[in-house]
Amino acid sequence: MDKKILMAHGNGGELMGTLISDLIVDIFGKESVQLDDSAIVDPGKGSLVFTTDTYTITPIFFEGGDIGKLAVNGTINDIAVMGAEPKFLSCGFVLEEGFEISSLKKILQSMKRAIDYAGVKIVTGDTKVVENGSADKIFINTSGIGVMRDYSFRNKINPGDAVIVNGTIGDHGISIMAERNKLSFSKGLSSDSAPLNNMLLSVGEKFGKSVRFVRDATRGGVASVLNEIADNKTFSIKILEEKIPVRDEVNGVCEILGLDPLYAANEGKAVLITDPEKAEDIVKVMRTFPEGRDAVVIGEVDLDFPGRVYIETYVKGKRILPLLQEDQLPRIC
Amino acid sequence: MNKDQLIKYSEILKNYKLERPMNIMEVCGTHTVAFFHTGVKDIFPEGLNLIDGPGCPVCVTANGYLDRAIEIQKEHGVVLATFGDMIKVPASYTSLQKLKSEGVRIEIVYSPMDALEIAKKEKDTEVVFLSVGFETTIPTEAVTLKKAVEDNVNNFSILTGNKLTPPAVDTLLALGEVKIDGFILPGHVSIITGSDSWQFLPGKYNKPAVISGFEPKDLVMGTLRLIQLIEKREIEIDNLYKELVTEEGNRLAQGFIDELFDVTDAKWRGIGIIPGSGLKLKDKYSLYDAEKKFPVKMPEEVENKNCRCGEILRGLITPPECPLFGTVCTPREPVGACMVSFEGSCSAYYKYRK
Repeated sequence: MDKKILMAHGNGGELMGTLISDLIVDIFGKESVQLDDSAIVDPGKGSLVFTTDTYTITPIFFEGGDIGKLAVNGTINDIAVMGAEPKFLSCGFVLEEGFEISSLKKILQSMKRAIDYAGVKIVTGDTKVVENGSADKIFINTSGIGVMRDYSFRNKINPGDAVIVNGTIGDHGISIMAERNKLSFSKGLSSDSAPLNNMLLSVGEKFGKSVRFVRDATRGGVASVLNEIADNKTFSIKILEEKIPVRDEVNGVCEILGLDPLYAANEGKAVLITDPEKAEDIVKVMRTFPEGRDAVVIGEVDLDFPGRVYIETYVKGKRILPLLQEDQLPRIC
Repeated sequence: MNKDQLIKYSEILKNYKLERPMNIMEVCGTHTVAFFHTGVKDIFPEGLNLIDGPGCPVCVTANGYLDRAIEIQKEHGVVLATFGDMIKVPASYTSLQKLKSEGVRIEIVYSPMDALEIAKKEKDTEVVFLSVGFETTIPTEAVTLKKAVEDNVNNFSILTGNKLTPPAVDTLLALGEVKIDGFILPGHVSIITGSDSWQFLPGKYNKPAVISGFEPKDLVMGTLRLIQLIEKREIEIDNLYKELVTEEGNRLAQGFIDELFDVTDAKWRGIGIIPGSGLKLKDKYSLYDAEKKFPVKMPEEVENKNCRCGEILRGLITPPECPLFGTVCTPREPVGACMVSFEGSCSAYYKYRK
């Protein structure tokens, strides 16, 4: 096979056929990928959950993952946070002419590992090649279908409810930023890309409606997700600075660059709003999964600043966590 | 200090009954942000007012500086390299961000060394580093310049807008516009300048001060200690950052600065010319001095008349008292530099408003 992607890999001809059958289908598994215009699937009983997301990232390979792993886990998580079981994914590739086929292979293998780990299938896909310069190496779109169980994670939130996060925050965003800027002090940083479906299904099965709401804290981080939840509501969300799990390495980079881990992206973290009576039990169940090893209650829903999110600091002062204005820029001192 | 002690002293600060209301000034922008960020300002006792000082390097940079940088770029086609927080600052007629969006190459760097690296890699490109900052950043800028000289890099120069903090505080007190009872002095600046550089506060103006770090414990203990100094009329500098700040400061860093720069007068936004508060490159380094290397005809310097940055920098008003604050002037569409910089008073008040 050629070493680089050529325009002919996307023209519908022989070369494209080889790329799909010898590389993509071979890696994803002949038994799951259906080589027709569409895949026919049997999701079983329950309402369907359907989502799509497109992934672009620089660099495409980074500490803790790559664009393929992100594309699989991201879409799985979008389904899982609804309280549904993700089952089938599609994946569309936009490849830049000249992209290394060995890199594509690495990405495909990584996607395969991710779907196997999460227990979902890629059943259909598409490949396009664009001229050199018209895309940045590789873009991936994944859509996903999931099935609702007899509960959902979209319930009414009440004052007093607990706020849980499943582990250390800011790992993905800060490690990518450190990598992009080639910061020499970035050792030990790693993206947290992970599928949350198994952990969230287990929590859903055991606690059902006690789980009021779940959302993955991707772009904009935990602070932005909490702001979305509190926006225009009669309640506020309080989080406690001393409870928020942050890796020392992430804190270090944040301090030097003047960034805030609460606003940094995560790719394997979700925020759960739950019945306060069940919160500690939920945390215990989450901790039995690798993705929830550091799960912890970080705050609660209250009525002090309706519609807003705030943090109670170490000295017990209160500070509003606003919606992010703009990307933060490195500062002078 | 452990967590329990921190909470204990925080309680003491929160419940402190002041003998009379008092104004204390935190000189430095890092402190401005830290007081908000740590929530320590939120637990200030009744009657204790924190007045923000002029210690945000971006905020005090007069428009003329950026106007010159922009003219140099236009007339000489140089690449401007800058710390990120300068790019949104409105100059008299445009901003670096606007130029960037028009396709002009502006490099955002984390360190002046990064700018020097660009010059080394691209020998046909003239790189001008916008050297803005106080005592904390000046040594790195000096070291970079030394490196440029040593390595004979001829396509690198700096536009100096560096400023010295103590003379600005001296001038504010001499102006006598605002009543300040005591000062919280920046630990990191003092590491370089030494605690002695602040002796004019007790000596000339009869004001006590504490030198403090930036952690919650530093802010709580620093504030408590300053209240005590003011109430007991103990007029002195109390250095609470002794592990890092000495009386004479960092001689090595001072040596670097003295080797390359001469002290000069400098224009501060909102304050005007302050004698002995700026730095210029010594004549023998003229080749690296962008102002001399790239002569330009300067346009007339224009400040937005409605922007009250100046009064805010002099401690006369707080940001919410400016009619533009939060309406016309926001971090997205800043009118003045104080709304741009991470350490600017307006930006901090806006970000942390309740």
